[in-house]
Amino acid sequence: MASPVATATRTGLDVEQIRADFPALHQEAHGRPLVYLDNAATTQKPRQVIDTVTHFYEHDCANVHRGVHLLSQRATVAYESARTTIKAHLGAADSREIVFTRGTTEAINLVAQSFVRPRIEPGDEILITGMEHHSNIVPWQMLCEATGAELKVVPITDEGELELDRYAELLSHRTKIVGVVHVSNALGTVNPVKEMIELAHAKGIPVLVDGAQAVPHGAVDVRDLDCDFYAFSGHKAYGPTGIGALYGKREHLLEMVPYQGGGDMILSVTFDETLYAEPPHRFEAGTPNIEGAIGLAAALEYLEALGADAVTAHETELLDAATKRALDIPGVRLIGAARRRAGALSFVMDGVHPHDIGTILDTEGVAIRAGHHCAQPVMQRFNISATVRASFGVYNTTNEVDRLIEALAKVKEIFG
Amino acid sequence: MSEIKQLYQEVILDHNKQPRNCYVMDCANKSADGHNPLCGDTVKVYLRIEDGVIEEISFQGAGCAICTASTSLMTESVTGKNVEEAKNLFDEFHHMLTGVADEQGVELGKLQVFEGVREYPVRVKCATLAWHTLNAAMNSNSDPVTTE
Repeated sequence: MASPVATATRTGLDVEQIRADFPALHQEAHGRPLVYLDNAATTQKPRQVIDTVTHFYEHDCANVHRGVHLLSQRATVAYESARTTIKAHLGAADSREIVFTRGTTEAINLVAQSFVRPRIEPGDEILITGMEHHSNIVPWQMLCEATGAELKVVPITDEGELELDRYAELLSHRTKIVGVVHVSNALGTVNPVKEMIELAHAKGIPVLVDGAQAVPHGAVDVRDLDCDFYAFSGHKAYGPTGIGALYGKREHLLEMVPYQGGGDMILSVTFDETLYAEPPHRFEAGTPNIEGAIGLAAALEYLEALGADAVTAHETELLDAATKRALDIPGVRLIGAARRRAGALSFVMDGVHPHDIGTILDTEGVAIRAGHHCAQPVMQRFNISATVRASFGVYNTTNEVDRLIEALAKVKEIFG
Repeated sequence: MSEIKQLYQEVILDHNKQPRNCYVMDCANKSADGHNPLCGDTVKVYLRIEDGVIEEISFQGAGCAICTASTSLMTESVTGKNVEEAKNLFDEFHHMLTGVADEQGVELGKLQVFEGVREYPVRVKCATLAWHTLNAAMNSNSDPVTTE
């Protein structure tokens, strides 16, 4: 443990330097140096993000899009520049295609209510997959309940991959939208979303991609994917909580009416009629999360500076090492052994409940997630109630993989 | 004893591995389902109560070691007790887990092994799920209870 952090030059990231940027990593948990492997739940924040948010409150704090005074102008510029940063990070063509939301969940609800709801009829279908997070299930169930539409689900294989043949069959003339997760939070599976979008588009069906677990782990290019909507959260990508964004093709956003009304989303209001602002502001009712937006932009700039390919290479190395070594432990079974995985290692151990593993690892200073990961249908698919999930970020090291494996040995020692 | 071994005492590990009274009771006259949404664990408690006395108790389900062992030990602790006594035992048990001072002086006996759970606030619900479910069964509440 006293050995120096292995600087992962092989993958091009200076991990020691990165770790120095994250104040929260430098603390003890239960008397041991903290090993933070719960990045799929939320990541720690670099100094650059914390400083950006602090700077806003110390210098530029004002509301956006209104006051004529200096601070309001600075706040507005910072907020709208953040939109441009997100546009660039996602490879979108136009900043007006980026809508700020509270996170992935709100982004999906926006699409469900403002895009799909007006065009869906009883008997129509919404197609999602068996590995969705609850955030890409429940909004559609609510919509189905309200409209008489039907929810269809693409099954997953024993390896934790989507059954693409079934997917192609389930795309029907009644399908009004496809909702698919880019990277599964519960299994780590990277889905072939580009291919899936092509298949849907061949039948004229729009596709929403849940990118919450994809944006932190590598390059995303919405124009290359040709997705209609792409949703993600800031806090899983080193940014603040309570902020995220929806990318939507301009032609779609222009057609959509807002489902939340209020200030800052209007052109003019009388008691007879309200004219909505143009997208994206039409969908941002109320004073937005200004510090969240600029903090998120700082986080994405941080990731850009590291380089998406280097981030992917580094995390893949950790994930592969952790997977291999975990499987060497008798009784450990991987949940989700897809050919392409990112970020998360999900597993169970014979005779020991994931919650007990979580508690024991915690006392060893290793923070992981034990539970259903807000993906209960995935758990039902594999006939389990929960898994242990270790998820990696840019600041994790091979030494921390060692600590994870040592802590799992401790579980074996206690439970026999 | 290390902090973690204080939590996972031998008695708990034993009851987790070989839970007592773990079966479906055909002649039960009361039962209830319990659910811990945090971890997805579920437990069903069966009771045969005669003249206000718990003559027989069994369960199915449970999940983590704390939950399973707590359910198993609960069944042993309340067998032969009347409903009032079982409720008092739950109160006392709950007080121990939440650090509230002992006011009633009810003997916890073997249940004392769960004292270590107090150091792990998120796990208190694992230890109390069975008791909440027992309470629901005794009250003939047919709705599933949750720890929330």
